[in-house]
Amino acid sequence: MSSRKSKSNNLIHAECLSQVQRILRERFCHQSPHSNLFGAQVQYKHLSELLKRTAIHGESNSVLIIGPRGSGKTMLINHALKELMEIEEMSENVLQVHLNGLLQINDKIALKEITRQLNLENVVGDKVFGSFAENLSFLLEALKKGDRTSSCPVIFILDEFDLFAHHKNQTLLYNLFDISQSAQTPIAVIGLTCRLDILELLEKRVKSRFSHRQIHLMNSFGFPQYVKIFKEQLSLPAEFPEKLFAEKWNENAQCLSEERSVQEVLQKHFNISKNLRSLHMLLMLSLNRVTASHPFMTAVDLMEASQLCSMDSKANIVHGLSVLEICLIIAMKHLNDLYEEEPFNFQMVYNEFQKFVQRKAHSVYNFEKPVVMKAFEHLQQLELIKPVEKTSGNSQREYQLMKLLLDNTQIMNALQKYPNCPTDVRQWATSSLSWL
Amino acid sequence: MAHYPTRLKTRKTYSWVGRPLLDRKLCYQTYREMCVKTEGCSTEINIQVGQFVLIKGDDDENPFVAKLLELFEDDSDPPKKRARVHWFVRFREIPVRKQHLLGRKPAAQEIFWYDYPACNSSINAETIIGPVQVILLPPNDVVPTDLKNEKTLFVKLSWNEKKFRPLSPELFAELTKPQEGAAKCQKPVGAKNKSAESPAWTPAEHVAKRIESRHSASKSRQTPTHPVTPRARKRLELASDSWMSQQASCASLDSPGRTKRKMAFSEITSPSKRSQPDKLQTLSQALKAPEKTRENGLSYTEDDKKASPERCMILRTRIPALKTIDIRDERTLTPIRGGRRSSVVPSMILKPENIKKRDAKEAETQNEATCTPHRVRRKSSLLTMNRIRQQLRFLGNSKSDQEEKEILPPAEISDSSSEDEEASTPPLPRRTPRTVSRNLRSSLKSLLKTPTKTPKKSPKPRTPRCATPQIRSRNLAAQEPASMLEKARLRLHVSAVPESLPCREQEFQDIYNFVESKLLDHTGGCMYISGVPGTGKTATVHEVIRCLQQAAQANDVPPFQYIEVNGMKLTEPHQVYVQILQKLTGQKATASHAAELLAKRFCTRESPQETTVLLVDELDLLWTHKQDVMYNLFDWPTHKKARLVVLAIANTMDLPERIMMNRVSSRLGLTRMFFQPYTYNQLQQILRSRLKCLKAFEDDAIQLVARKVAALSGDARRCLDICRRATEICEFSQQKPNSPGLVTIAHSMEAVDEMFSSSYIMAIKNSSILEQGFLRAILAEFHRSGLEEATFQQIYSQHVALCRMEGLPYPTMSETMAVCSRLGSCRLLLVEPSRNDLLLRVRLNVSQDDVLYALKEE
Repeated sequence: MSSRKSKSNNLIHAECLSQVQRILRERFCHQSPHSNLFGAQVQYKHLSELLKRTAIHGESNSVLIIGPRGSGKTMLINHALKELMEIEEMSENVLQVHLNGLLQINDKIALKEITRQLNLENVVGDKVFGSFAENLSFLLEALKKGDRTSSCPVIFILDEFDLFAHHKNQTLLYNLFDISQSAQTPIAVIGLTCRLDILELLEKRVKSRFSHRQIHLMNSFGFPQYVKIFKEQLSLPAEFPEKLFAEKWNENAQCLSEERSVQEVLQKHFNISKNLRSLHMLLMLSLNRVTASHPFMTAVDLMEASQLCSMDSKANIVHGLSVLEICLIIAMKHLNDLYEEEPFNFQMVYNEFQKFVQRKAHSVYNFEKPVVMKAFEHLQQLELIKPVEKTSGNSQREYQLMKLLLDNTQIMNALQKYPNCPTDVRQWATSSLSWL
Repeated sequence: MAHYPTRLKTRKTYSWVGRPLLDRKLCYQTYREMCVKTEGCSTEINIQVGQFVLIKGDDDENPFVAKLLELFEDDSDPPKKRARVHWFVRFREIPVRKQHLLGRKPAAQEIFWYDYPACNSSINAETIIGPVQVILLPPNDVVPTDLKNEKTLFVKLSWNEKKFRPLSPELFAELTKPQEGAAKCQKPVGAKNKSAESPAWTPAEHVAKRIESRHSASKSRQTPTHPVTPRARKRLELASDSWMSQQASCASLDSPGRTKRKMAFSEITSPSKRSQPDKLQTLSQALKAPEKTRENGLSYTEDDKKASPERCMILRTRIPALKTIDIRDERTLTPIRGGRRSSVVPSMILKPENIKKRDAKEAETQNEATCTPHRVRRKSSLLTMNRIRQQLRFLGNSKSDQEEKEILPPAEISDSSSEDEEASTPPLPRRTPRTVSRNLRSSLKSLLKTPTKTPKKSPKPRTPRCATPQIRSRNLAAQEPASMLEKARLRLHVSAVPESLPCREQEFQDIYNFVESKLLDHTGGCMYISGVPGTGKTATVHEVIRCLQQAAQANDVPPFQYIEVNGMKLTEPHQVYVQILQKLTGQKATASHAAELLAKRFCTRESPQETTVLLVDELDLLWTHKQDVMYNLFDWPTHKKARLVVLAIANTMDLPERIMMNRVSSRLGLTRMFFQPYTYNQLQQILRSRLKCLKAFEDDAIQLVARKVAALSGDARRCLDICRRATEICEFSQQKPNSPGLVTIAHSMEAVDEMFSSSYIMAIKNSSILEQGFLRAILAEFHRSGLEEATFQQIYSQHVALCRMEGLPYPTMSETMAVCSRLGSCRLLLVEPSRNDLLLRVRLNVSQDDVLYALKEE
């Protein structure tokens, strides 16, 4: 009886869980404008006022939103635009142009894209006709014709703004800023960038035309707020169909946020990065551990996810190496210690390895030189070692100078966890003179 | 009825008197006077333009009466003598059914001014019988019934095919003048009765019947079969048209001394196609002899006419004509401009008529012309008319409304002269605006742009042709600023152009003088203007041009054409040719072709043209490896005929020395001007002048901003932006809506900080603990090694040690690498691109002190 009940419970849970996972994954992976703004109220107000002035009063403006990656720049602008569009009749009253520096890699493409998005008269279907010069003069002419009171305001959003500054002569930026500072069609130029030195990238005449308004997003929240965000991100919305389950789930989230071990995990995460994306990654990984048989997230899930997140990628590779390869790495480590980070070649490593093998012949099989060479090349393929100079065809591979891309501590830590490591090898690793 | 001695029996020979005047525009010859010699009799009758004449019709007893407007030779082979007349009608020529409209019995010798524009006015000159005397009677006078001289005719009313009207005063005044010395004319009513008589004819019948009806209605004329006068046809259109033009010029000339100049009109009217010089000449003539008033008008007109051919020859060239203008006192200057302008009007209007003219040889056309007021118009003529209308509208604005009304009709009617003119003047549409003064043109440009562009824009068939560059207009009206702060913000926006630029008076004057002197001397030249961004270079030049354009409108300087190009608004330097050419002539061409055309235009043109002022902004971007673009730009003005003034603007003072080859910088010359960055006093003045009578700022707040900006860059744009931001901050800070906000020093301070403060320190303060630790590790490593650069591996070991000291969990290599690249992406660190291994070299992008300061705080 009880088993049947639990089975039916499981069924309900399975349904709910698939929904939960859909909702939460969407939340973690997409930047939906519905999510809350954390600690950016002032910036938000500044931006939305600015957009409103452009849309309603026809005032031209330019602004840069600066903040490290994952600090919510795009979310901020999306929020502000959404609010603007909710004003009555505003959606027909404002034109938006979205550009991305990674997509519009030069002014020619950018101009075509602008023309296309503005749907000017030289656009047929989705194609823009005319040469680069024609497009430029056409667009400028179009923007020049307008004036503050009669033309439809245009909001230009330039994502990855710093990449636009690398375009030839910064023609596009100059023209956009010039329009924003002259009595033409009202436009708002909004640049999003993560570079703090963005103003130094602008040419002085472009810089002079930029209004120097900067909105900084700095993730300026403390740990308590971080925990709150964690809780909010994990909670289910009120409109979730299974009220009972949602209640339970949210209760669990509340408990988690108060649990000590969870707080420790979060604190560690917070210390590494205040970036919300890393939090999302953590939550995503722990969410994946939730199944029908294990319907609610626990502290253990979070801890394991956190371990996954903070895993050292190089150490993982080392775990998969053969004993011979490990031995070679240890030999390299000793060489590094001996010669103070000077580069080495295969022959040196082989000699070091031979010394060890001769002493401890019983524990490690004495491989042929070509086999050792093969192992050495494998390490190179894994990018654990790297040639100092570019490989030239005719130089002998044995004597090519190499550098080790692993740190001593990394090697030692990896050896600790290496399964079935011969004790002699481990001892040799700790000290090159252990045989004495 | 009088029996006129004009019979078929006596052959007459017709010959021109005086030298032909070649009408430049129309390419045919016009004459002032014609001599009619009757065979067998030694008397010669001289008929001059402006006289009233009798014209052979169907009825020998009652020939048609008309006023001779013009004598010319058409282009047929052999050339036929043609004449253009304005018709009068006799009472019997008025349709019977309408005769009652007069309401009284007509006097025997009464004729009527035929005020019906759609009437053929071109006739064979050999149908002219001789002069006749026509006397105009004021509306109140009674037509004298018994007269000694039977040949005298009287005009009292005008007939417009609908009703009789008293002569308009202008017309009256005009007609009384030349009438004395002039011959008479009269006219066959031609077509006017048919419309009345033929309600339901098919067009084919229409013609035949019309001819019949003419026989019946106006005595038995045999128009088509007459041997000598094959068809004396009326083309009253032109007559009316030129009449209009008279009106126009009359009105424009008008002002105080209208009466004095009356006599000029007979002149102007007749060669209505002739343009300015003649008119100027006659005008000047009229003005030179102001004492001669209407009493002796007859004699005056006579000798005026005799003298005119020679004078015309002399004055044909423009320069003398201009001189006459100059001689005159100031009062006359304006009228003459007006006269010149309006004189253009008829010359253009003439055009579509050409079509008419040849057709008119067939009776049908005549028929059609008279019956259907809306004649078929060619597209081209429609186009021209459009343009003309626009121009007229513009002209009209500057004059009185009444005059506008007078000018407009001819445009609508759009009559003109002969076909060959049209053929010989293909660029008419383009020339048209150019003959108009340049100012007018520039102001018309916007109006004209659309029509001229659309048909011309062609080359690529695949491109959407008539795409007009335009952003759609907004649906919601833009809100006007309500509060004081909003008003201030609007004025503080860089785009709000002030009435005058404060603190740049000296520079303004220098540039103005330079350009003005070049304009007055009809020469060219270059000027190089430099200065850091935001010091008002472009704004000052714009201001200068605006003032010069005003001056040109007031006729203080010769008119000029202004073109502006910006190096930043070009995709590559050679595009500058394309832009200049397009703005100059509206042509589209490839860069190399445009360069050739421009070189041709500036280096080898003959016709005197007005000066072109070319503003080249952001000159440094026109640099090419061969420097051919700069070379050309500065080489053109050195040609004598180019009359090109180049104003080049760039940021750097030593640009000519730094990037230009010697041959280029030598052509640029040494006329240089440097715009100093604004001092804080000047910035303060600029802000005050913008905020004039708006109490939105505390004085100290303005001063603070001005001082801060002056210390940093002296960029006026920055100053305005900061103030604008300060108003916003002020608005935010006091949320009570009705409290009138005053921007205080605190608000400006905040704005200044926001714009100038470096964000690095804030960024470091807000970064995560591990990031801060990594920065510390960098400092430690730098300290240890004494270098400003370290590899990631070195920093990592320091970082691990630091973490251990602070009791933080051991940071793995991957985490630390992520931290490092995050700091690199926001440029707190400078890292090697595309390298993520231990050997990555790292530098700080901030000074070590700043990092220490930022880290120490907590």
